[in-house]
Amino acid sequence: MKSIRIGSGAGYAADRWEPALELIETADLDYIAFECLAERTIAMGQLEKLRDPDRGYNPYLEDRWRMVLGPAKARGVRIITNMGAANPKAAARRTLALAKEMGLPPLKVAVITGDDVSALVQAHPDMPMMETGEPVGSLGNSMISANAYLGAEPIRDALAMGADVVITGRVADPSLFLGPMMHAFGWKSDDWPRIAAGTALGHLLECAGQVTGGYFADPGVKDVAGLDRLGFPFAEVSVDASAWISKASGSGGAVTPATCTEQILYECGDPARYITPDCVADFTGLRFDQLKPDHVSVSGARALPRTETLKTTVCYHAGHIGEGHVGYVGPNALARAELAAGIVRSRLAQRHLDLEALRIDLIGVNSLHGSASPAESEPYEVRLRVAARSMNRRHAEYVAQETQSLLTNGPYGGGGDFMQVRDLVGVRSVLMPRGWITPRVEVLTS
Amino acid sequence: MRLHEIATARAGDKGNTSQIAVIAKDEAAYELIRENLTTDVVADVFAGIAKGLVTRHEAPGLRAFVFILEGALGGGVSISLASDPHGKSLSSLMLGIELG
Repeated sequence: MKSIRIGSGAGYAADRWEPALELIETADLDYIAFECLAERTIAMGQLEKLRDPDRGYNPYLEDRWRMVLGPAKARGVRIITNMGAANPKAAARRTLALAKEMGLPPLKVAVITGDDVSALVQAHPDMPMMETGEPVGSLGNSMISANAYLGAEPIRDALAMGADVVITGRVADPSLFLGPMMHAFGWKSDDWPRIAAGTALGHLLECAGQVTGGYFADPGVKDVAGLDRLGFPFAEVSVDASAWISKASGSGGAVTPATCTEQILYECGDPARYITPDCVADFTGLRFDQLKPDHVSVSGARALPRTETLKTTVCYHAGHIGEGHVGYVGPNALARAELAAGIVRSRLAQRHLDLEALRIDLIGVNSLHGSASPAESEPYEVRLRVAARSMNRRHAEYVAQETQSLLTNGPYGGGGDFMQVRDLVGVRSVLMPRGWITPRVEVLTS
Repeated sequence: MRLHEIATARAGDKGNTSQIAVIAKDEAAYELIRENLTTDVVADVFAGIAKGLVTRHEAPGLRAFVFILEGALGGGVSISLASDPHGKSLSSLMLGIELG
């Protein structure tokens, strides 16, 4: 095979799904990958799985499959996704059941496991956490999940077994795209120039709309046409790793060297050392050339050999956040919000709540940039936001309740109150020797 | 001159670290930014937000810089009390910086 086309059908857990269908129908794809797993998403899945052993995968899996499974199968577009989250097997079983319900031809669904390394983490409590240096064992019983980032190899293997759909748990995002390239072209795992190119393309594609004009537009400065019809991207890659990137024809958005440059640098850390399970990529020599409208060639990626360790995300119960808002508007709004902030701070102190941290913001004044916000003129409306973290759920709730009570016990004219308590999942990382981890591939059929 | 006039920016997150890419519009802008948008300048503007080290990586071929701001996300995206735990809005604080 000389070249393949790989589309990007989702860039995060709750991403839109209509653009994936548009890509499948218009872009003559061979593969489409759905990246749906943020750092802590897998822990949410793990908690769900504890309540119901048949759940723990992406909550929008069925919505996406109802839209794309039929058209993808009909066109021979093979699907790769990390929507398996904490329970890839259950996701695969649900996928097969759904395909049957929808009257689709028989599907081969591959499941990749081996990323769940909870037992290994428990067996090696002395491993230091990257964030704090403390031993991972210090999380004790609060640990919920531990998942190592797998690379592209098991995806390559699953495709070689003929899978129509490959479902994974924790896999590095670019690997979802590199896997099909390694399968289609027979690239070796240590063919660093090609692994580098595939990793760069994967990183460009993994956030879907973020390379086609999403997270980019700035009216009058960086205008993007048709953002309401934002199309998702695909890459055409050749066996020599030369490639170009574009988007669904007729869709809104834009693919330009500027959108590609912003996306390649997104969350890359040191751009000369972007570490994945597959390689240590160097993006500093990349070139983006606009060959046609919405058609950009990508070249110049380099890589050093992969590391001997795999990053492992460890999630743990981290308590609860209670949050309350009250809005003030019109004459003297800011002064009333500031008065309310002082009142609630004092009342919370009087209650001697067990709080780890308290934060009071004025939305419309300083909620996003804090003390770096400029002192501006009086806003027409301002919203007091009080948030606190506690290991005691009830105490977190009291913070929200104390804020709401400003309606009748604070300045005049407060309105639009809101209160919420949510449970927190914290995230830590450890580096685990690669040799400890064994990815497994299993194919299920209907 | 505001950075917004000569550059674009995109913010991302990893744990408790904010990563902000700054991309210059042209070579002249790149040089101006390289000279003036030092880690000291950035650390000063973000003093109330970033509690740790600020480092800068250069990618001249892309006319870009990546700033790494440790301790900038309220203890980490997943436990932060901030209304923007991912720090997505921090790119606009960066672009508001006056250079020179």
